[in-house]
Amino acid sequence: MAEKRSLGKEFSKGLLIENPVLRLVLGTCPTLATSTSMVNALGMGISVLIVLVCSNTVISLLRKVIPSKVRIPAYIVVIASFVTMVQMLVKAFVPTLNEALGVFLPLIVVNCIILGRAEAFAGKNSVIASAVDGVGMGIGFTMALLCMSTIRELFGNGTLLDGASTSILALFGVTKFNGVDVFAHLPIEPALIFILAPGGFFTFGLLMAFANKIAESKGKSKAELRGCASCPMAASCSLLLSGEKEDVLSKNPRAAVPAINSEEVAK
Amino acid sequence: MSDKKMLTASLSPHIKSPKTTTAIMLDVIVALIPSLVAAVFIFGYRALAVTGVTVGTCVISEYISRLVMKRRNTIGDLSAVVTGIILAFNLPSTIPLWMAAFGSLVAIVVVKQMFGGIGQNFVNPAIAARIILMVSFPTAMTASFPNAFAWKNETIDAITSATPLAALKSGGEIPAIRDMLLAKSGSLGEVCAVTLILGGVYLVIRRVISPVIPLFYVGTTAAIMLVYGAVKNENAVMFMLCQILGGGLLLGSIFMATDYATSPISFKGKIIFAIGCGVITSVIRLFGNSAEGVSFSIIIMNILVPHIDRLTTPRPFGTVKEKKHKKASDEKEATA
Repeated sequence: MAEKRSLGKEFSKGLLIENPVLRLVLGTCPTLATSTSMVNALGMGISVLIVLVCSNTVISLLRKVIPSKVRIPAYIVVIASFVTMVQMLVKAFVPTLNEALGVFLPLIVVNCIILGRAEAFAGKNSVIASAVDGVGMGIGFTMALLCMSTIRELFGNGTLLDGASTSILALFGVTKFNGVDVFAHLPIEPALIFILAPGGFFTFGLLMAFANKIAESKGKSKAELRGCASCPMAASCSLLLSGEKEDVLSKNPRAAVPAINSEEVAK
Repeated sequence: MSDKKMLTASLSPHIKSPKTTTAIMLDVIVALIPSLVAAVFIFGYRALAVTGVTVGTCVISEYISRLVMKRRNTIGDLSAVVTGIILAFNLPSTIPLWMAAFGSLVAIVVVKQMFGGIGQNFVNPAIAARIILMVSFPTAMTASFPNAFAWKNETIDAITSATPLAALKSGGEIPAIRDMLLAKSGSLGEVCAVTLILGGVYLVIRRVISPVIPLFYVGTTAAIMLVYGAVKNENAVMFMLCQILGGGLLLGSIFMATDYATSPISFKGKIIFAIGCGVITSVIRLFGNSAEGVSFSIIIMNILVPHIDRLTTPRPFGTVKEKKHKKASDEKEATA
């Protein structure tokens, strides 16, 4: 990376301005799937945080050893080893989390955030900077998940931190507190849709708008989906480089129509 | 001066209809009133309370959301009132009033105003709200349909029963055709087929809606039901009539599928849209878990409307068919 940033900046950029979920729009699938309850979100966030920091560190250490042509498989092997370790730990110490997350725990291997950070950052930067980047991005991911799951659990299930005593929090000594039933004393009942997929997308959209607003007020551009071009792998994607896939915007029919018309007028 | 005015050519359209949005919406409200009266007659004042809450919440939330978004206020066009009435027609009369208010809020703020207000909504706000309510509160939305006229009996709890469609699905007792035409168990607005048809005829005469979508929608459903009934060796005609009159098909086809913003523009497009609605409704009713499929079929077809419109774009007079044109240019490219 050409520009050198301070370690503090490497850490803080992941929290909001380059938040992996809300600003880089990475890891959307596990975000939507595991943010149905705060406890699950916390478990998922911490698992990803651990894998991300470890993989970033090791990949940064190996960056001069790995030939660039086989770097993606090499990264995957490194990430997979850490995911396996985390999965074994979760199975041993927090079996409820393992059940709740199901396939999304092993799927951290192919999580865009981790691979994206390896490709975009750890493969090019020093060990300490990569580790700090991993911590910042991991905390950013956890925070985004927690924001989403707070909204979804509160309005969809009427509770906050339900099932905390058997969750990952139990490792930190939370054994008597088992969540708050917010809606128990209200005359209304929670709307199930927030737990389901549509409510997840809705909450995700609102939070993205909110994060965009904050980033805009700090002078950053909006996070926009530009098809393949917005992918963090875009610079090295063989399909994109060979022209098999194109930037969606350049193919947008709406944008193309006035251009054709003006040509005709010119003739 | 006046000569100059005659010579000034403005941009098209040059011929303007005197119809305004407000006038059209007023016509729709007039067409909905007989069904509302029937609902109050059948379910009691509770029906009026539900309608009042939905209409009130719709108008207030439209006013506030336009104010917050700093846009021109549009409550004067009465579209929020229509959304409110149609949403109420989709709810059982026993629904808690706060749920009705929540549904109205979703319809106006999320489905309509967040996408740009009247004419910009990609699905019908009332149907989207109904589906969100149904997914969020399945018991309140489907479990307790009071019997027609149960409110007049002096029992404390209104006697509830399955809707004709649910009875048909589970093999229960099917009400007589006369009951289904006039008063049956169900959501507020779907229980009196006669007033719905009356409202539809009024709208067609006033040229507010074209009869294409309702006719093809009901026709497709009727044809599929007839075939299915015949294959199953039942009384096919009775089965078909029960399917058409027993649920929300008339309400959906006349008042919800014909929404301007969410139905195709061309004649051909309207036919495709209506047949699609009819097929999806029949498939959900016959082979799905749910007894009713009108709202889901309309919302699915609503989402397809932009594609239907693109496929059925009418060819401007005197132009070459685009397909041939494209083929010719493709061949040219290939040879070059």
